[in-house]
Formats: sequence, C-alpha cells, structure tokens
Amino acid sequence: MSMPDAMPSTGVQTLPEAAAGSRRLTISEALREAIAEEMRRDPDVFLIGEDIGVEGGFGGAFGVYLGLVEEFGHGRIIDTPISEKAIAGAAIGAAVLGMRPIADMQYSDFLFECMDELVNQAAKLRYMSGGKLSVPMVMRAPVGATTRGAQHGQCPESYFAHVPGLKVVAPSDAYNAKGILKSAIRDNNPVLVFEHKMLYGSKGREAAGGFDLTCEVPLGDYVVPIGQAVVKRPGRDVTVVATHISLYRALAAAEELAGEGIDCEVIDPLTLQPLDGETIFGSVRRTGRLVIVHEDTLTGGWGAEVAARAADECLSYLEAPVKRVATLDVPMPCAPILENAVLPSTARVVAAVRQVMA
Amino acid sequence: MIETVGPSAPALYRGMLLIRRFEERVFRLFLEGEIPGTLHQYQGQEAVAVGVCDVLRRDDWVTSTHRPHGHALAKGVSAREAMAELYGKRTGACKGKGGSMHLGGPAVGMLPAIAIVAGGASVVSGMGLAMKLRATDQVAVCFFGEGATNEGAFHESLNFSAVKDLPVVYVCENNLYGASTRYDLVSRVADVAERARAYGVPAEIVDGMDVLAVREAAVRAVATARAGGGPLVVECKTYRFTGHSRSDGRGYRTRQEEEEWASRDPLLVLRPHLDDATEERLEAEVKAELDDAVEFARSSPFPSPEEALEDVYA
Repeated sequence: MSMPDAMPSTGVQTLPEAAAGSRRLTISEALREAIAEEMRRDPDVFLIGEDIGVEGGFGGAFGVYLGLVEEFGHGRIIDTPISEKAIAGAAIGAAVLGMRPIADMQYSDFLFECMDELVNQAAKLRYMSGGKLSVPMVMRAPVGATTRGAQHGQCPESYFAHVPGLKVVAPSDAYNAKGILKSAIRDNNPVLVFEHKMLYGSKGREAAGGFDLTCEVPLGDYVVPIGQAVVKRPGRDVTVVATHISLYRALAAAEELAGEGIDCEVIDPLTLQPLDGETIFGSVRRTGRLVIVHEDTLTGGWGAEVAARAADECLSYLEAPVKRVATLDVPMPCAPILENAVLPSTARVVAAVRQVMA
Repeated sequence: MIETVGPSAPALYRGMLLIRRFEERVFRLFLEGEIPGTLHQYQGQEAVAVGVCDVLRRDDWVTSTHRPHGHALAKGVSAREAMAELYGKRTGACKGKGGSMHLGGPAVGMLPAIAIVAGGASVVSGMGLAMKLRATDQVAVCFFGEGATNEGAFHESLNFSAVKDLPVVYVCENNLYGASTRYDLVSRVADVAERARAYGVPAEIVDGMDVLAVREAAVRAVATARAGGGPLVVECKTYRFTGHSRSDGRGYRTRQEEEEWASRDPLLVLRPHLDDATEERLEAEVKAELDDAVEFARSSPFPSPEEALEDVYA
C-alpha cells in the first residue's frame, strides 16, 4: 500500500482503522518494525550509533532499537565510540560504496558535532562528483524540549532543510513514521529523520497532555512517500501547518476553535525538504489564512520559509498576515515553568488563529 | 596480487613526471587566464601519491585533500579528464562541478577530493567499514597532511577505524607546513606517527622523497590492511616545492631550506635507476599526453548553465 493510492484527492489522510492485520503501535514500535523489516529485506541496510546494541543496555537513547541486536547481531547493529563525526563519516563512506546505513544520533543537538560531515560531505559529494556517486544514508535524530535544558532540547530541522542535497522528514505518528522511514532507507540520497521525544511512547503521552500517541499500523510492507504533506483535519477558514508535538497542539486548538465556529485545516508537512507546496499552498489559496507552528525557535525556522513561499506563491489569496507560532528566540531553559513559557502552547496557537480571523 | 610484482622504475618515474609536468603546465595556463579558480599544487610530493597508488588496485579507494591533482593522476583519473575539469568543461572528471579542489573519479576508486582539512578521514572509515561488512579484500587509503592531525575528524576516524579493525591505510604527507604555519608551532610531537601509536595503530615513518621507499612501506601497509590487520599509518616526510596556493610568496620559509629539499627532488632521487634513453622517451610521452589533454580541454564544450541544477539529488 502506498499513500498516493490510499489518500483521497483532497490530500486528506485518514489513519487506518483497526482491521485484521493491523494493531495499535507507538512511534518507537513502528520505527523498530520499519528498521527490522528493511534489514530483513536488504542485506546492505545496517544500523550504526552509540549504545544501540549493547547487551544489558537500553537499545539506543530512547529504546527504539531494543531487540534488534538479538536478531541481527553485532555485524549489522554497530555500536560506536561517543564519536559523532565518526558515526556520520562511517555512514557516508559506506553509503558511497553502495550500502544503506541508518545512523543514529542520541539527541539531535549532537548533530552539530558532525555538521561538516553532513553539510560539506553527505550533501555535496554527489554534486561535486558530477552525479557519479550517491550517498544513500539515513540519519535519525530525536528533537524536542523535555526539561533537559539548552543542549538536549533543540529542534534543529531547519538548519538541514536549508542545505541543497539533503532531505528532511519529520513524522509525527506511528503510521507515517514507519512508512516514511522505509522511504528514507530506500531513498538514494542522505535523508535526516527527525522524531519528537515526547511522541515516542506511553511516557510521552502523559507529558504531551493526554494525546493518544498510538495509532493503527498495518502489518507488512507499505511506504509513505517523501515530499508529500498530509491533511490531518480538513477545514475552510484557516490553514494551520505544524509538525511533531506542535501538530497535536494545533489539532487541539482546532477542536477548541471549532466551538467558536472557526474551521481549521490542519496540515502535517511530514517532509520539510522538499516541501509539498502543492498541498500546503493549495490549502492556503482556499482558506486565505495561514498559521505555522513549530517547536524550533522563530527566527530563521522552517516556518519562515513557508511564510516566504506563501507571500511568493499566493499573496493575492491571503486575507490576513501570515502568523508563526514558535519557540521564543532563547536557548531552551530547563525549569518546567520557564520551558513552558517559551514553547508554542495550544493557547498560543488558538490566539494566533483568532488573530488571523479577526 | 600486484604487491608481489617488484617496482618498475620507469613506470614510477613516468607517474611522477606526469604529475610534475601536469602541475607546471596547469600553473602556466592558470597565469594565462585559461584556467579559473585557484590551485593548490603538488610539485615535490609526487613520490607519495605514485608510490602508494602503484600498489593499489582499481577497486581500492582513496580520499584526497584540497591538493588532489597528484592523487587523481596516480589513481587513474586521465590527464584529459583532470585537465578538462580544471578548465570547467563538461567533459571534466566531475563535469565541471568539482574543479581543482574536488577532483576525483569514482570509476577509478577516487572519492571527489574533500577540501575540508581532515574531511577525508571521516569518510574513509565508512569506506573501510563497507569493505569489512561485505568481506571484500579492498583497501581504503586516506591521504592527508600533517595539518589535519589537529582536527577532531582525524582523531575520531583513527580511533573508530582502530576499534573496528578496518582495512584503512592513513597516508600522511608531512610537508612541514599547514599553509604558512610550521608544524612544530602547532604540535608538541614532531612525528604524526607518534600520535597514531597513541590509538594503538601501527605507524611507519618513511622518506617521502624516495618513491621506492614509499612504495615499499605501502606494500607492507596495504598487504596488512588487505589481510585484515588494519588500520595503519604511513608518515611520509616530504616537501611542497610551491607555495600553499597560487598566491603564496613563501615568505615564511628560507630559500636555503627550499634548496635543501630541492636537492632531494623525487625525480632526481629516482633518476639513477633509469638510463638516458628511457628518461628522454618518458619526457616525450608525457609531453604528448599533456599536449593532448590541453587540446581536449580547450576543445571541449562548457556545460550549459542549466546543468548547474543537475546532480543535486540522485
């Protein structure tokens, strides 16, 4: 099953209903399943990172890899020193030789340790070679604030969405996480897969404010294409584009606003590079209003790119200024009261939508 | 196996001569305005690229640096493709997108040169990892300068290759200067080999002006890595005869030092192993090859502007 067939022409994606051959999974479980299935399918796929296959360890920083080393062994679940440049470099070099590495960063904040490898090498080797090689690798990296402070809570997707040669995806539910990770593994380019820590599983569900973070995931193989946004909630009045936990806040805001007679269309871009302009700006042309919500900080975040493209591609359709709801422009503070003060809350989304509707 | 074949002095001399005359020709064409961009030239270090690549197979891989012309020619990128790349032509090794600093040729086992100091070290580990996972008997070679040993990537790569027992040979071209900065001002240890040993990696120091000595060390290192005993470091003490880049007046080193090293020019060192007739024949062959390469580059089409948008994604 591939998404273009599964989705109605409006781009509205309804997650699968419970059916024979599906079950409710968390994102962690769905990601693990995607990796295991791809490793069974293709002997060139391997996993590399810190603390991912240690016996008696924890299966990666968030347990996504638990059980994989038992099935695939240390030859394909490759533990590394705490050495992010080595991890990225190892993935790039192996990919150039035709393997399909999945590299793991324990926290996306650590990606800055290997910016050179990702930006100067993974993204550019194909171009510099005149198209004579490719770098089919995946880099997984958890994002998001979890009261861990400034160096374990960033959302750095925008840095990478800026780089020609990289693809950037940001799934927010188990169905799309499994399907798009499979697409990323099969893609012939470097793909960064950003997941939000609060969305991994049951612990996150509570912290995320009671959102149900499991969903039905079919048994067996399917892919969700890179570069295609999904409409999570159709609506008439205002387009709200949001990823990760902000997507759930946007959906909660939409419910609240529905009571006031405001009908929000909520879109999960799913891929930040390449962005699905057709779905997003097609929606804006219908609603005439746009609010973008992300947990990255405001200035230069990917929301700025969406806003700029809206100005470029559908300015005459806009009936109100474009609003961005983002983390305020400060390093992430640690104390919960401070963290909450800077994060994009459901209340801030509601306020922004009311503003563009006023 | 190629390692069991003894060295051929004429072949080694020809390889070094091709690089020397290529670089001289390129420098003139650059001054005449035919070649755009900038140049980091390899004169003086030819024994390293040629001595090492002489014992490599076509399916072995090398990574290179901002000074890659010699590595490219030694690993098998044709003079035509290399010259056309410097001219920015569509027929160049990288279709004009790489240029001098990213010269390479995947078909002959050379990654487009990585012009970030120590950048090749990160990637070479991954190549070695793929070779090990697939249980091939290929070897990956990382050419780097002594200046790269102060970059984090060098240390992470060396340690990673060591703990994973990867078939990687790190070939240091210690030419004493990182751009204009003397190595003894930026490292308390004079020998890169000593740094390598700190990671449990065997390291050998060799006269980088003597192609036979370099080749001998490479035979040992490559055979060991191929047999699963890697990684290893070979430190070649060498000297770049030109400035760092084309605008460098070399005011930071003495003419006396330069003359001392010039007297150990790798071409001079190998010359006693050739007779005059052979030397004359090789000069003529190399001249013809480079005349042809320049003619090929000049007459090749430029890429169309639209080609700038191709090859970003696979």
